[in-house]
Amino acid sequence: MSQDAAPVRALDASAGQAGGREPLRRIVITLGPILVSLVLAGGVLLAVGVDPIAYYGFVLDRGLLSPLGLQQTLTRMAPLLFIAAGLIVAFRAGMWNLGGDGQFLLAAVTAAASAPLLVQTLPSWLALLVACLFSAFVAMIWSLVPALLRAYQGVNEIITTLMMSFLGVSFANVLVKLVFLDPATTVPQTRTLPVADRLPRLFETTVTSGLLFGLATIVIVHLVMTRTAFGLKLRIVGANPRAAIHAGLNVPLLTVAVFAISAGLIGLGAAVDIVGIQGNVRADWNPAYGFAIIPVVFLARMNGFAAIGFVFLLSVLWIGGESAARRLGVPQSFTLVLVAIVLITLALAEYLDHRFNQARRA
Amino acid sequence: MSGLFSNVFLTALLFGAVTAAIPLLLAGLGEQMSEKAGVLNIGIEGMMISGAYLGFVGAYYSGSFGVGFLTGALGGIAVAALMALLCVRIGLNQIVIGIALTLGLEGLTALLHHFQFSRSYPRLPAVPITEIPLLADIPILGPALFKHHLIVYFSVAMVLVMIWVYRRSQLGLNLQAAGDKPAALDVAGIDVIRTRTIAVLFTGTMAGLGGAFLANVGAGLFIPFITNGAGFLGIVLAMLARGRPVWVLVGALIFGMCLSLTTAAQVAGINVPTDVIQMLPFLAVMVMLVLFGRRASLPAALGIPYERGAR
Repeated sequence: MSQDAAPVRALDASAGQAGGREPLRRIVITLGPILVSLVLAGGVLLAVGVDPIAYYGFVLDRGLLSPLGLQQTLTRMAPLLFIAAGLIVAFRAGMWNLGGDGQFLLAAVTAAASAPLLVQTLPSWLALLVACLFSAFVAMIWSLVPALLRAYQGVNEIITTLMMSFLGVSFANVLVKLVFLDPATTVPQTRTLPVADRLPRLFETTVTSGLLFGLATIVIVHLVMTRTAFGLKLRIVGANPRAAIHAGLNVPLLTVAVFAISAGLIGLGAAVDIVGIQGNVRADWNPAYGFAIIPVVFLARMNGFAAIGFVFLLSVLWIGGESAARRLGVPQSFTLVLVAIVLITLALAEYLDHRFNQARRA
Repeated sequence: MSGLFSNVFLTALLFGAVTAAIPLLLAGLGEQMSEKAGVLNIGIEGMMISGAYLGFVGAYYSGSFGVGFLTGALGGIAVAALMALLCVRIGLNQIVIGIALTLGLEGLTALLHHFQFSRSYPRLPAVPITEIPLLADIPILGPALFKHHLIVYFSVAMVLVMIWVYRRSQLGLNLQAAGDKPAALDVAGIDVIRTRTIAVLFTGTMAGLGGAFLANVGAGLFIPFITNGAGFLGIVLAMLARGRPVWVLVGALIFGMCLSLTTAAQVAGINVPTDVIQMLPFLAVMVMLVLFGRRASLPAALGIPYERGAR
C-alpha cells in the first residue's frame, strides 16, 4: 500500500475496536449475513443439482454438532489462530503481509524435517520446542527480503510478499521431493513424527493442545498490540509512517521487526500443525490457510477476540464442508465458494451497519 | 545437445515465450488501468479464472475461438462488475473483496467444471493462425512472432492504444486524477465513481481475455485453478511498469521467456522438477524488484475508496 493509504484503514480499525457496541447487535450483524450466505450458496448447490438442506445438514452435523466433528473443528483452529495472530501484528502496523502461505509451508517442512530427528536424541517436549523455534526462524528468514525491501527501499510489500509466497510454496515442494524425502515410503513425503511424540491431546479428546497455545498467542498478541508501548509504536507506524519518523521511531527497524514477528507467528502455526496434527508433510500439500485468513482478520477489524470467533466459524465451514463434500459428491471447491460468499456478505453487513449508525447520529 | 540451438528450437522457444507472455500482458495492461485510477484490483485472479472457464466453455460448445474470447471477456466483465459495485460504488475494502472474489471464482469454476465434465478434460482443436504477410517469412523470427492467432496481435496493439489513452485522451487524465487526487477530479465536475468503474470493467475485460487465452490457446483445455497466480503476476507487472504500458509488454515478454526456457529445458531432456520451473518467473520478479524496486511508485489514493464529502 502506498504510504498515504495506510492511515485511513489502520485508524479506522482501532476506532471500531474502541467504540463499544452492544454485543447483541454485533451478533446480529454477524449471524444475519451468514444465514444470507447459506441461502445464496444453497442456490449455487441447487443450480448444480445438489440438495442444499442435506448439504448443510452434513456441515452442521460434522462441523459443529457431532463430538468427533467438533473436536476436528477445534483442532483445525490451532494453526489458524497463530496465522491470524501473525496477520494482526502486520496489518495493525500497516504492512500487508500477504505471503503467509509460503512462510507457512516452509516452516511446516522445517518442522517435519527436524522433529522426527530431534525426538531421537532429545526428550520429547524439548525436541518439539526446538522444532517449533526452527520453524519460526525459517519463516522469519523468508520474510526478511520483503521486510528489508520495504524498510530500506520503500518497495511495496504486497507484491514482494506475494512473490515470496509463490516461491516458498514451490521451494517447500522441492525440499520435500529432493531433500527431506522419507526413503522408507514410495509417496514423496517427509519422515513421519510418531504419534506418541506429537503434542499431547487435550484431556480425553482428539483436540490438540496446540489449540490452547493458539488461543493464548492470539490473546497475548491482541493485548500487546492494544495495551503496550511496543504495540502503540507499531500502530503509529501503521497509522502514519511519516509521523512515526518525526516522533523519533526507528521505522525501518520496526518494519523488519513487524515482518519477523508476523512471519514467526505464522511459522509457529505451521509447526504446531505438523508436530501436533499432521506428523509429516506430503509433496504438493498446501492447505492455503494464510490466504483464507487474510480477509477474516480484516473482518475482525484486527481485533484478536473477534478473530477467534471468525476462525471458529471458518473451521466449522471447512471441516463440515470437507465431510459433506465427500458424502454428496460435491467437490471440495464448493467450500471456497461458501467462504467467499460469507466474506462478501459480512463485509456488506459491516458497511450497512456503519451506514445505519451514521444515519442515526446525523 | 547439438540440436539445442538449431533454428527450429529457437523458433519454438520464441513462439513459446510469446504464447506465455500474452495472458500476462493482458492482465498487466488491465490491472494498470485499475491501479492508475486508484483501485488495487486483487480480484484480477478471479476475473482471469472466470474468463478462462467461460472462454473455454464458449469455444468448446461453439467450436469457434472468436466466440470463446467473447465469452471469456464477458466472464471477466461479470466479476469486474461485482467488484466495481462492491469496492468502487459501495467502497468496501478492496483487499477483502479481491481475495474473496479470487477464492470464490476459483471454487465456482472448479465446481462447474466438475459437474459439467466430471473428471474428463476435453481438448480444443489447434488454434487458427493468421500469418502476417512478408514478416512471417523472416527466418527464425517470422514463424515465432508473426504466425499467431489474431488475439496476439490485438494484445500487442492494445499497448499502443493504452499509450494513446494515457497520454492523449481526456479519459487518461481522468484516470490519473482518480488515482492521485480523486477529490480534485470531483471538484472538476467529473464523476470519480464512474471513472473508476470504467477502469475496473476494463480490467475485467482484459483479464477475461487473458484467462481465455491461457485456457484456449496456451493449454487447449480447462483445468481447475489453471491461472495459478497469473493474475498476481499481472499485478506485479503493472506495479513495476509505473503506469507505462510499454514496460508491461517488456515485463510480460521477460516472464514469457522464463517460462518458455524452462519448458524448452524439459523438452531438451534437462531434468528439472516442475516445482523448480514454477519458481523461475517469481524468482525473476524478485530479482527485478531488488534491482529496480525503488522505482515502483504508486498512485497516492491507491486502495482508498472514494466517498464524496469525506474529509
